[in-house]
Amino acid sequence: MGALMQWIDERFPATKLWKEHLSEYYAPKNFNFWYYFGSLALLVLVIQIVSGIFLTMHYKPDAAQAFNSVEYIMRDVPGGWIIRYIHSTGASMFFVVVYLHMFRGLIYGSHRKPRELIWLFGTLIYLVLMAEAFMGYLLPWGQMSYWGAQVIVNLFSAVPFIGEDLSVWIRGDYVIGDATLSRFFALHVIALPLVLIALVVVHIIALHEVGSNNPDGVEIKKNKDPKTGKPLDGIPFHPYYTLKDMVGVVVFLMVFTAIIFFAPEMGGYFLEYNNFIPADPLVTPPHIAPVWYFTPFYSILRAVPPMFGSQFPGVVAMGLAVVILFFLPWLDRGKVKSIRYRGTLFKSWIVAFVVVFLILGYLGTKPTNLWGQFGGWLGHAEVATVVARLCTLAYFAFFLLMPWYTSKDKTLPEPSRVTH
Amino acid sequence: MADTDHGNPGKRRFLLAATTVAGGAAAVAAASPFFLSWFPSERAKAAGAPVEFDMSKVEPGMLVTVEWRGKPVWIVHRTKEMLDSLDAVASELADPGSDVTMQPDYCKNKERAQKPQYLVVEGICTHLGCSPTALLKSGTESGLGEGWKGGFYCSCHGSKFDLAGRVFKGVPAPTNLRIPAHTYLSETRVLIGEDKKGA
Repeated sequence: MGALMQWIDERFPATKLWKEHLSEYYAPKNFNFWYYFGSLALLVLVIQIVSGIFLTMHYKPDAAQAFNSVEYIMRDVPGGWIIRYIHSTGASMFFVVVYLHMFRGLIYGSHRKPRELIWLFGTLIYLVLMAEAFMGYLLPWGQMSYWGAQVIVNLFSAVPFIGEDLSVWIRGDYVIGDATLSRFFALHVIALPLVLIALVVVHIIALHEVGSNNPDGVEIKKNKDPKTGKPLDGIPFHPYYTLKDMVGVVVFLMVFTAIIFFAPEMGGYFLEYNNFIPADPLVTPPHIAPVWYFTPFYSILRAVPPMFGSQFPGVVAMGLAVVILFFLPWLDRGKVKSIRYRGTLFKSWIVAFVVVFLILGYLGTKPTNLWGQFGGWLGHAEVATVVARLCTLAYFAFFLLMPWYTSKDKTLPEPSRVTH
Repeated sequence: MADTDHGNPGKRRFLLAATTVAGGAAAVAAASPFFLSWFPSERAKAAGAPVEFDMSKVEPGMLVTVEWRGKPVWIVHRTKEMLDSLDAVASELADPGSDVTMQPDYCKNKERAQKPQYLVVEGICTHLGCSPTALLKSGTESGLGEGWKGGFYCSCHGSKFDLAGRVFKGVPAPTNLRIPAHTYLSETRVLIGEDKKGA
């Protein structure tokens, strides 16, 4: 065995890689609950790739056959229903895990120097994941697939001057059709997964270069054992965190399988009811909404009124709501990284941000007349629209005012070593 | 030859830059077929052929949906009361005179039609492309309150249009509904998707 490893190591750095990334990658010893979601995101990526490969073996990317081929998978293919539900549940759980992972970074300052690139690669992953999810959602060719794609692709037609041509170019037709389905299929199963995997690799390489942050936001590399040169507050990722993450995996899979077996549609949030009706280009369902993970941004889109006879400002606001995440490392001017040592100002803004994000997300799943209208004193404006507008302002204020409130915040002194 | 090159870093830099530019141009050129392949194919363009429809099939006050280029086109046979509503709502509209070109010139009138009683309009909301719901009857029955004079309501984002497809003020849709090019072949037969020959 030893001789074989030596033979390999002389030709491929197997042992070196193993040590660098697992057995001698020193991670802070104070990781808590929030640190499960990175490894879980990796797990879901694998689940999606494997279940996706098997779905392509039975699915037909053809407007005339797509809907029926999904029903064929659900009814006739042995085990097909479970593979399809794994994939559809995986899509939503991917976003659950990724949103929690991003929130972890936000509260513990994992986006701060020297981890800016990790944050940027991560935000790119999130962006590609959104494209991946959107294109995958067209494939079942149900009513929501069709009209959701119609609305989102039409967002591009709001771009001044080139908009019309741009949206025709994306669709490959004057309406969403077979050409659109085929290209979305190609992007969904080949192009974007390749980009996603590459970005995940880059994300992890950058992480292992600078080392993981931790709930105290202190750098463990500042306190090394003078003899061994290893961080005093670090423990090898393997076996300590591989084992810890396995506990997370087991608990996660319990939740995951419970959803697959008992609530795969999740009350219409994971799989919308209208999507069990074949796409009909002549009739829009009375209420259309994107899947839950897009709804905060959809709310922002709806909240912005058309200006100068164009809906482009709403589209820009929605785009900026995502793009602004890239600037987080430079917007945050706090003297400390972790929320544990931040002041009331930062903590209040975080709470406000979470509340606002959830409200926007909820409103995005509902029609705008949800809460009726104000009286004449407010020009009969729709209550939900006004709330969405206020939340949109708060969403952007959270980021744009960040340089001010993070530098002004009264912080506590950071400890020099990690705490428990 | 090689020896003289060694002593000429300026020439090297120039050659390197020239090669990079030429290589980059070649890469862009090589990408163009992939870029172009996303435009509608000849088959998709051919599918945009005009559609013929017989207006006599539509009873007064009724709407019939015709598929053209994969989109819904509505044919509404408007009654006298429906045509009267066009004046009644004019003050609430964003573009009552249809000044933004969303129709052929021969339909730039109050009724937005060649024959006032027949409305031919694309049933695609100018906001984000949903197909609005036809609420042709006036009054509370529509669910839009007493003031509703009949028209179209897009439930996706709440845009409202009158019975000539003209957009109301204060809704997300920026323009009136689009009127497709169409030609009357006879008193009742209409060809959707084609202008009059020579017009």
